[in-house]
Amino acid sequence: MSNTNIRYTPRDRDWHPEPDFPEYRSTILRSPKQKLVVVPEMMADKTGPAFGQNVLGEFDNDMIVNFAQSGEKAIGEQIIVHGKIVDENGRAVPNTLVEVWQANAGGRYRHKNDNYQAPLDSNFGGCGRCVSDADGNYSFRTIKPGPYPWPNGGNDWRPAHIHFSIFGSGFSQRLISQMYFEGDPHIQICPIVHTIGDPRAVDQLTARLDMSNSKPLDILAYRFDIAIRGTNSTYFENKPEGN
Amino acid sequence: MVDFRSLRNAEAQSNLDFPIKESPSQTAGPYVHIGCLPNFVGVNGVYPKDLTINGALPDGDKITIKGFVYDGDGAIAKDIMIESWQANSAGDLKNGIWRRMPTDLETGEFKLETIMPGSVDGNSPYINLWIVARGINIGLNTRIYFEDNLDEKDMVWKHVPKERQFTLIAKRVEGGYKFDIRLQGSLEGEDETVFFDI
Ligand SMILES: [Fe+2]
Repeated sequence: MSNTNIRYTPRDRDWHPEPDFPEYRSTILRSPKQKLVVVPEMMADKTGPAFGQNVLGEFDNDMIVNFAQSGEKAIGEQIIVHGKIVDENGRAVPNTLVEVWQANAGGRYRHKNDNYQAPLDSNFGGCGRCVSDADGNYSFRTIKPGPYPWPNGGNDWRPAHIHFSIFGSGFSQRLISQMYFEGDPHIQICPIVHTIGDPRAVDQLTARLDMSNSKPLDILAYRFDIAIRGTNSTYFENKPEGN
Repeated sequence: MVDFRSLRNAEAQSNLDFPIKESPSQTAGPYVHIGCLPNFVGVNGVYPKDLTINGALPDGDKITIKGFVYDGDGAIAKDIMIESWQANSAGDLKNGIWRRMPTDLETGEFKLETIMPGSVDGNSPYINLWIVARGINIGLNTRIYFEDNLDEKDMVWKHVPKERQFTLIAKRVEGGYKFDIRLQGSLEGEDETVFFDI
């Protein structure tokens, strides 16, 4: 993918969250006041690091056990999160690193700056990672994180969510986002969610309960597909060289 | 109404619509380190070490770039994560160098240890940066250029307003380079770091 012929489609800044969104207090002093400078796309934007299966350890994709004492498990509702990573052209994105992090079942992070009164779970660390397969599919196991309150000047609670980091093949495809759970009533009251203006865009970050991949008497599954930036050269336009 | 019996084993619909749009960004939040640099914040034992480089640092002129990230009040931000991507010393991006670093939790200083990039396609050597943190809803892209290695004919340079070009230039200091980042400038805005829509 990293060749000189491709051009990534410009980011739709109206679809992405508003950088300056005072109801999310931390954005007030951390959002640029000047317009982004548009420049010709350079090779360093179209290329990027490649991390494959070789970076992974045996339990990296299983947050239920990857921090736990031997023979023990994290507390919470056990779930499989899986989905497909595609680009905006619908092409599968194989072999790309996905990093995830989250609070425990009580809504507490294992971090010295998190002083929410909910207890830590000695068997839960909160980080995991996996690499998409040849068809762009990824999967990991975890426990469903709890909602939590956060200091934002008011009665603010985050919906249950899992943070995602996705690489893609070009540095300008780099993306960090969050996954929400369908039916969570906290979604509609969260200022961070509402930095995104379009309800369809919020819906795109909402994982669906997936009964066909849940295992009876064992574990529930959620499906969460992810799209990264595509290229604006189509297969037809570039047919001679292929794409 | 759908019969609940058939829903018990139903396949989930995709959360993506057509035409497919990029998944919207969300802030990396205050605990981005747990996911990306867990050992740095004491979540030990999951990964043997944090992912801070792609492979080993190749041959070339070793350089260290240090700096701080400031918010709109001029306060030092201490919970930032930065990633860099650049050519190797031969200007080759197929063997490019990726690094990931936090700002120090106590002092806020970041330290980028790398190799002086070679020129790509006749442009000035530079390093791409991507900055994420609490309060940043979509990652910010900027570039480090070098005061002693700058070619005014660079194809990006002419797109950057003259009075703000200085925000992209790393200064030579004892032991390496100094490069500060201002997420938000004063009202006149000249001191705000130039961020790119790449
Ligand atoms: Fe969070």
